[in-house]
Amino acid sequence: MKEYEVIIGLEVHAELSTKTKMYCNCSTTFGADPNTHCCPICTGMPGVLPVLNERVVEYAVKAGLATNCEISRFSKQDRKNYFYPDLPKAYQTSQYDLPLCIGGHLDINVNGNKKRIGITRIHIEEDAGKLIHDAYTGDTLVDMNRCAVPLIEIVSEPDIRSADEAVAYMQTLKSILEYLEVCDCKMQEGSLRCDVNLSVRPVGQKEFGTRTETKNLNSFKAIHNSIEFEIQRQIEVLENGGVVHQETRRFDDVKGVGYAMRSKEDAQDYRYFPEPDLAPIVLSDEYINNIKDNLPEMPHIKKERYVSEYGLPEYDAEILTSSKKTASFFEKTNSICNNPKSVSNWLMGDFARLLNEKEIEIDDSKVTEENLASLIMLIDKGTISSKIAKQIFEEMFETGEKAEDIVNKKGLVQISDEGAIKEICQKIVDANPQSIADYKAGKDRAIGFLVGQVMKETKGKANPQIVNKLLLEIINK
Amino acid sequence: MDLYSLTLTEVAKKIKNKEVSIKEVLDNIYSRIEDVEPKVDAYITLTQKNAYERAEKLQQRLDNGEDIGVLGGVPIAIKDNICTNGVKTTCASRMLENFVPIYDATVIKKLEDAGAIVIGKTNMDEFAMGSSTETSYIKKTKNPWDLSRVPGGSSGGSAAAVSAQMAYASLGSDTGGSIRQPASYCSVVGLKPTYGLISRFGLIAFASSLDQIGPFARTVEDATIMLNVIAGHDKLDTTSANIEKEDYTKALINSVEGKVIGIPTDFINDGINSDVKLAYDNAIKKLESLGAKIKEINLEYAKYSLATYYIIATAEASSNLGRYDGIRYGYRTKDFDDLDELYRKSRTEGFGDEVKRRIMLGTYVLSSGYYDAYYKRAQQVRTLIVENFKKAFESCDVIMIPTAPNTSFKFGAHNASPLEMYLEDIYTVPVNIAGLPGISVPGGFDKNGMPIGIQFIAKAFDEKNLLQVAYTFEQNTSYHNEIPTIEEGK
Repeated sequence: MKEYEVIIGLEVHAELSTKTKMYCNCSTTFGADPNTHCCPICTGMPGVLPVLNERVVEYAVKAGLATNCEISRFSKQDRKNYFYPDLPKAYQTSQYDLPLCIGGHLDINVNGNKKRIGITRIHIEEDAGKLIHDAYTGDTLVDMNRCAVPLIEIVSEPDIRSADEAVAYMQTLKSILEYLEVCDCKMQEGSLRCDVNLSVRPVGQKEFGTRTETKNLNSFKAIHNSIEFEIQRQIEVLENGGVVHQETRRFDDVKGVGYAMRSKEDAQDYRYFPEPDLAPIVLSDEYINNIKDNLPEMPHIKKERYVSEYGLPEYDAEILTSSKKTASFFEKTNSICNNPKSVSNWLMGDFARLLNEKEIEIDDSKVTEENLASLIMLIDKGTISSKIAKQIFEEMFETGEKAEDIVNKKGLVQISDEGAIKEICQKIVDANPQSIADYKAGKDRAIGFLVGQVMKETKGKANPQIVNKLLLEIINK
Repeated sequence: MDLYSLTLTEVAKKIKNKEVSIKEVLDNIYSRIEDVEPKVDAYITLTQKNAYERAEKLQQRLDNGEDIGVLGGVPIAIKDNICTNGVKTTCASRMLENFVPIYDATVIKKLEDAGAIVIGKTNMDEFAMGSSTETSYIKKTKNPWDLSRVPGGSSGGSAAAVSAQMAYASLGSDTGGSIRQPASYCSVVGLKPTYGLISRFGLIAFASSLDQIGPFARTVEDATIMLNVIAGHDKLDTTSANIEKEDYTKALINSVEGKVIGIPTDFINDGINSDVKLAYDNAIKKLESLGAKIKEINLEYAKYSLATYYIIATAEASSNLGRYDGIRYGYRTKDFDDLDELYRKSRTEGFGDEVKRRIMLGTYVLSSGYYDAYYKRAQQVRTLIVENFKKAFESCDVIMIPTAPNTSFKFGAHNASPLEMYLEDIYTVPVNIAGLPGISVPGGFDKNGMPIGIQFIAKAFDEKNLLQVAYTFEQNTSYHNEIPTIEEGK
């Protein structure tokens, strides 16, 4: 089999987190009852006109600046005409030949290697509504709540060479958009999703192979798996002497299988033309500079600061800063307890594990920054052991109770009183003559068994360092 | 003298002075409609109930000593492509035959804030596409000067209603001449303001970059009062100009002393009817005799206006009319097996031939591979036409040309060739292409007694110069005093 090179470009759609829609004052909130967030304008009633939400431009410019794009001083909106029941005007207002942002790039990190991915353009456009198929009646119903929710489409250059790179690109983009607070990036709700353009070619071949476009992927797993699938499929087709057809594809995440939707021949002629109801978007240098000067700290800068300011390992800094929410949770917690490494360990360890299991975001968790900080301070003061702390944290995570309350309620305060511990140690030593003999015969491991027995006896509350010290004192007496 | 034959200014004054009640005015206009409407068919919907309720409220406020506005109690008719909350707005199409908007167009709010009473919605060419009102799905409106002839179009109902004294004024919309040409055919004043002076919010779009709402009235003064009410920036229409509000009645000065009137000789070609040409020459002489300076000007690109228009207008229309798909409102076909058939049959059955012709043309000129040759080229020519007018206005204040090359024609006269009908707009279309204000005022009659309109054109937002010249012409001629017989001509 020949060696193949993979060429991937991503088109990422990010729903902007503006309060109101792109051309009217309807709310953009997700999950409302069908057709409650709409008005004559976003449902395309006869005679209505759009008024561009200025926030949409501001958010898109932010995204453009954060991805090193050139911001167009003059851009316009265009109509993309096609018929579909979720598109009430029969055209989507988008940008065709003069997008807001052009020619940027993003640096990604794949398995320790840095790579630069080019960004062709970022443009603004409106989302369509949603069709709901009623299995009971067989009817198809239209929910127009999402009609004209603003989007940006971020188009990458075909610089991506693997599923891992695609996921890294998407993760980097997601964290930037979160930092900018221009998109809530809830992939499961579809507010961040992407189309994958992919082709393969034998290594050494200059021309690109024929590409396919897999639409609407809304999880990192789906992006990764669909790319792996499509690479294999295209290579198999070529190896079997076939040709790859230019087509639009879907990927079934559950079955892990992609399938063709429509071929290039069925491609619609969208008859783009400048939207006559909206004036061109003209931006001054002052406007752009003002946004530039007020951009928040971007993840890669924050990461460097975490290493220099908090003395965190680069690995920790990278993970903590990849999500703005995690980073801000870290900073707030640490500002209270002042133990960066410990906060980092919690966030990357038990906390992250529980969030993953529950499939929730850190800001949806019941654990607050204050509560985590006080848990850490209880450990640092020696009030509780770190082993007990893990139990306490699980309970905090479940119930949202404060660490102190759980400690008091359950009597989990660490026993550091040497007199009390000594008594128990003596009891354990007396009950385990064989272990003493083993220890004296040079088996150091035996002491670990004895410590464990003491901890068991004290339900984990004894301070392990003191236990260790006292046991040795007794045995060596 | 009957109340209905008064001008808007006169009847508003009588109401204000309590010489007549608003109810009397309404009773009188509706009884006039009852007499004449069966012959003219200007209206699609009459709104008596709303009108009388409003009349009562306005009268109470007036009796309480309140100012009820410059149009206080005056009955006004509205073209049926301007949305009226709770009142059917059909665009004279089967597609919207039962469509009831849940909002008012901005111009309706403005008229009502000024005290006007909407008495009905008027007939038009379907979706404002046509020059004779014959493409209406609902009915055929007759020209009050000869019932066997068309009133012009597309705002034929609004023109005929004012001409037959079934409304004191009305609103129309003008995309390529749809106010001025029927005004000319019906011998009333029709004003198309500068693009952007009037909010288009609530005007059901035909061609967004050309459409503009404007008034019909019996006199230039009445049209000016209407303009004063409806002009102004609207935050719901970002193409409406954000300029300071003006009092256009200040332009009603009976003088053209020193004004330079531009005459585009090269543009008045052989296609013009000799009676129209004669009326035009007389108009030139009249203005000259009143102290205006006549200057020949060059509009070499104007002759490309019609071709440009039929690309830009149809392109925009093909997109604007996409929303009538049978899904959410409007006509839906009875039988269909799938989505594609639902679309195809609803649109095939819901739209008339002229609308379909223009949708197809527009779809074609925007289609991949043809865009550059048609739409893009048309936009470039449009820029040349705009520049052409700009240059012309460096040497004159107002341009004067006939409103239409011919007078009103018999029903069906242009059925065989739509292109012939398109030529009726040759003098009006350049004004829309360039976004300028234009007005048609009564300028004479042909040998059959059919009205001839004279059109004045001014720089963008120079409505004052436009109105002053039009007013002076009107005040020094008597054509506007003639009233139609409302009978079949010989």
